[in-house]
Amino acid sequence: MMRRLLRSAAVILATALMPVALAAQEARDAPEATQSAPAAAEAAAPTTADTPDTPGAEAPPTAAESKPEKEESAPETIVASLSQNRVSITASFDGSEILIFGAVKRERPAPDGPLHVIITVSGPSMPTTVRRKERVAGIWVNTDAVEIDAAPSFYAVSTTAPLPEILSEVSDLRHRISIERAIRSVGAPATITDSPAFTEALIRIREKQDLYALLENSTTLLDDALFRTEIALPANLVEGNYTTRIYLLRGGRVVEESDTTIFVSKVGVERWIFNLAHEQPLIYGLLSLFIAIAAGWGASAVFRYMRF
Amino acid sequence: MQIYLPIAEVSVNAFVLLGLGGIVGILSGMFGVGGGFLITPLLFFIGIPPAVAVATGTNQIVASSFSGLLAHLKRKTVDLRMGTVLLAGGLVGAALGVQVFAMLREMGQVDLLVKLCYVVFLGIIGALMFIESLRALRRSRTPGRSAPRRQRTWVHALPLKMKFRTSGLYISAIPPAIVGMMVGVLAAVMGVGGGFIMVPAMIYVLGMPTKVVVGTSLFQIIFVTAFTTLMHAVTNYTVDMALAALLLVGGVIGAQVGTRIGIKMKAEQLRILLALLVLVVCGKLALELLLEPSELYSIGPVGQ
Repeated sequence: MMRRLLRSAAVILATALMPVALAAQEARDAPEATQSAPAAAEAAAPTTADTPDTPGAEAPPTAAESKPEKEESAPETIVASLSQNRVSITASFDGSEILIFGAVKRERPAPDGPLHVIITVSGPSMPTTVRRKERVAGIWVNTDAVEIDAAPSFYAVSTTAPLPEILSEVSDLRHRISIERAIRSVGAPATITDSPAFTEALIRIREKQDLYALLENSTTLLDDALFRTEIALPANLVEGNYTTRIYLLRGGRVVEESDTTIFVSKVGVERWIFNLAHEQPLIYGLLSLFIAIAAGWGASAVFRYMRF
Repeated sequence: MQIYLPIAEVSVNAFVLLGLGGIVGILSGMFGVGGGFLITPLLFFIGIPPAVAVATGTNQIVASSFSGLLAHLKRKTVDLRMGTVLLAGGLVGAALGVQVFAMLREMGQVDLLVKLCYVVFLGIIGALMFIESLRALRRSRTPGRSAPRRQRTWVHALPLKMKFRTSGLYISAIPPAIVGMMVGVLAAVMGVGGGFIMVPAMIYVLGMPTKVVVGTSLFQIIFVTAFTTLMHAVTNYTVDMALAALLLVGGVIGAQVGTRIGIKMKAEQLRILLALLVLVVCGKLALELLLEPSELYSIGPVGQ
């Protein structure tokens, strides 16, 4: 925590040396991000005051002040759309491709520096347990377990360039963009000293199942204005609301973001079976047994008729 | 042809499921085992979540067992009286087993215990059956051909004697009830119908003729697995009807074929094949426990 705070403070100090607009942007982002961000902003206040000859040194703007100022002068906004915002899981569902595209709208000429786009699609988050096996008395047994507080069931990150080059550590912390940050793991039991290994294992396993993906360079950006990417949703998809987030980045910092939701739901027979199983479990169970018995009897009758 | 399973929430090839059901159905008809100890690991292998695989497996066993039972009923190779006694014991055992399972779950490590149970029971039963049937096979080849199969043991000295005409037995009802109960406990703990324990127990402990054993075992399995399916559907919502339907189409056909194969084969051959099958599954599970897995970590839902 302490190291994280110091690092944040250092970055905010650097921010103060940059044009005021960007500093305001950084401060605006602060309250909605991690718990450490407001603390970092506070920590930054005395530090900047100590350096009188900094151009933007009139104390960093607080979140409350900066917000209205930001709204009237948003330099770049996102206009985006999806090829489909509803994915229907039918009996023959075999995965789906989502095309995400859009444009950057500007009211004045673009600021300097290259523009980058990151697009993420994230499935519903749920708590997950990761277990590790160890050899005990010659056999492999699950020994340690870490509960991950929230891990998205699906997570894809598509970027215009390698992620570390376009996204700073601090912005990643605030916006939870990279796969590692999208997984929230707070408390591991005190007995486990290497809890990051569990998060890594979760990512590794889900990447193998095509549930997590980091797709660097797969977003195309034309003329710093038009962007598009395709994200493949695998067949082993879980129902729920999938959030698509689009981030515009300059100099490692998020300058604008926008989100939309993709609704993934079962339809038809799939929906009916799922609902029945959860709402009328007894009837569902009996119906399953009835089907089983009927099929058993049917096969027997057919074979008898055919006189095998 | 890919098909999305509504409860398991995965997409699998429909023909793979049909084939799987078919193979397990054949074994079920031939040996009188429900096939739970085969189908559940096979479902894991094709990527069905364990909870769904266990629950849906039991539903599929109901279907293939019923199909097999009808074929046996027609041939009068089911001892209904014996089956009822076994079943009565079995239901008591299953109720006990559910309690034991809950207790073990609280203590943790239930997965490991189930696997160890499998290895130990499958290993012992498989080895015993294999040796015995090998001996029987050799004996039947020698010209003398006198097989003094039924010895008088403690089983015959107990009170409450009943006539089991189909089995040609006149023994006390206590041993079958105890056998049924023990199988019931194991069935609930291990999540299987218990046929692979029941069949050898009937042959070696009760001294029932092999031909009758298969049908009788199927009769008992249907009720135990039907009960388990309902429990899973009501408490865990993990029975996948679409998955079960695909499995059982293959399963019921397989069971019919299996029954016909079983009738054409000699009892000793049947037993030796079942013994081999049990040993193979046991070996595979043992290796899983002994060899270092390629992925040490596993993901599961919270609270299990």
